[in-house]
Amino acid sequence: MAEYADEVIPVSVDGAEDTVVADTAAARRTARRDGLAVGLATAVYGISFGALAVASGLDVWQACFLSLVMFTGGSQFALVGVLASGGVAAGGSAIATAAMLGIRNVIYGMRMKPLVAPPGADGRPASVWRRGAAAWITIDESTAVALAQSDDRAARTGFWVTGVVIFVGWNLTTLAGALIGDAIGDTRAWGLDAAAAAAFLGLLWPRLKRVQAGAVAVGAAVVATLTTPVLMPGMPVLVAAVVAVAVGWFDLFTRRRAE
Amino acid sequence: MTTWHIILIASAATLALKLAGYLIPAGFLERERPARIADLLTVALLAALIAVQTLGAGQDIVIDARVPAVIVAAALYALRVPFVVVVIVAAAVAAGIRAFS
Repeated sequence: MAEYADEVIPVSVDGAEDTVVADTAAARRTARRDGLAVGLATAVYGISFGALAVASGLDVWQACFLSLVMFTGGSQFALVGVLASGGVAAGGSAIATAAMLGIRNVIYGMRMKPLVAPPGADGRPASVWRRGAAAWITIDESTAVALAQSDDRAARTGFWVTGVVIFVGWNLTTLAGALIGDAIGDTRAWGLDAAAAAAFLGLLWPRLKRVQAGAVAVGAAVVATLTTPVLMPGMPVLVAAVVAVAVGWFDLFTRRRAE
Repeated sequence: MTTWHIILIASAATLALKLAGYLIPAGFLERERPARIADLLTVALLAALIAVQTLGAGQDIVIDARVPAVIVAAALYALRVPFVVVVIVAAAVAAGIRAFS
């Protein structure tokens, strides 16, 4: 799923604090509206995931299982993408790529925990169910909508509304897409391989605001392309991850793009 | 491994990562360098996937209908066209080129 962090959500910061109570209610309404808008927009492209998953050789159940349990778009697209290029033999690479793309969810969870699953008044941690449910729907969009709100209660509302709307919508559209993909047959003739590349580009696009990210993207693409002829399918993507570690470790290319 | 094994292991791994954010104390990953690397990791993996998905055919590098489709997709994203529309147009470009060549 794409990242909306810096663009989609308008935050209401009129600053006027005439009545605090009304402000809070308005903030929560804004959060609900943001969550619904981002949620519905995101859920729609579960169709492309479902279709691509089936085109990669998964059956309808497997596509739906991924959306239910994995439920993090980048990893889902990556898993089926690597399987499409290397088949079951590339399973190890597919798992590793999906898992590495899921690492950012750890950071999102750490940011969201104090907001959406805070300890109770008695100091005991939130219930396992609450933390489990929050973790399940912790993705780019729910985190982004929460962080864009003006106060903690609104952030909580935004997180849950976005997460639940996407969860329900994403699973329904995955099923629809998988059934469509199943009916299509020859996926190359329909351009579904190009659609997969375009989907990855859509996930990457909002992350390219800094020179550093752009440099990593170019470097990783070059490394993956150059190593494709000499490595097993799936491995070039993993090798390209080294570019991120090298640039991130030494903090290279830090000049910010002129704005 | 079967496809189901791959799906189960990968799903368990990504779900465990999500849970980890809520179970382990904040610390390591919130430090500047690990956070930066985790962030760039996402960028690198997605860029590598784009390259392989656009140019790869097994272990060969080929230039075919996918390349113009991805260029069109980039132009549309730059114009802030929604994700779903871009993906459909990209598929249509590739399908069109293949149909008429």
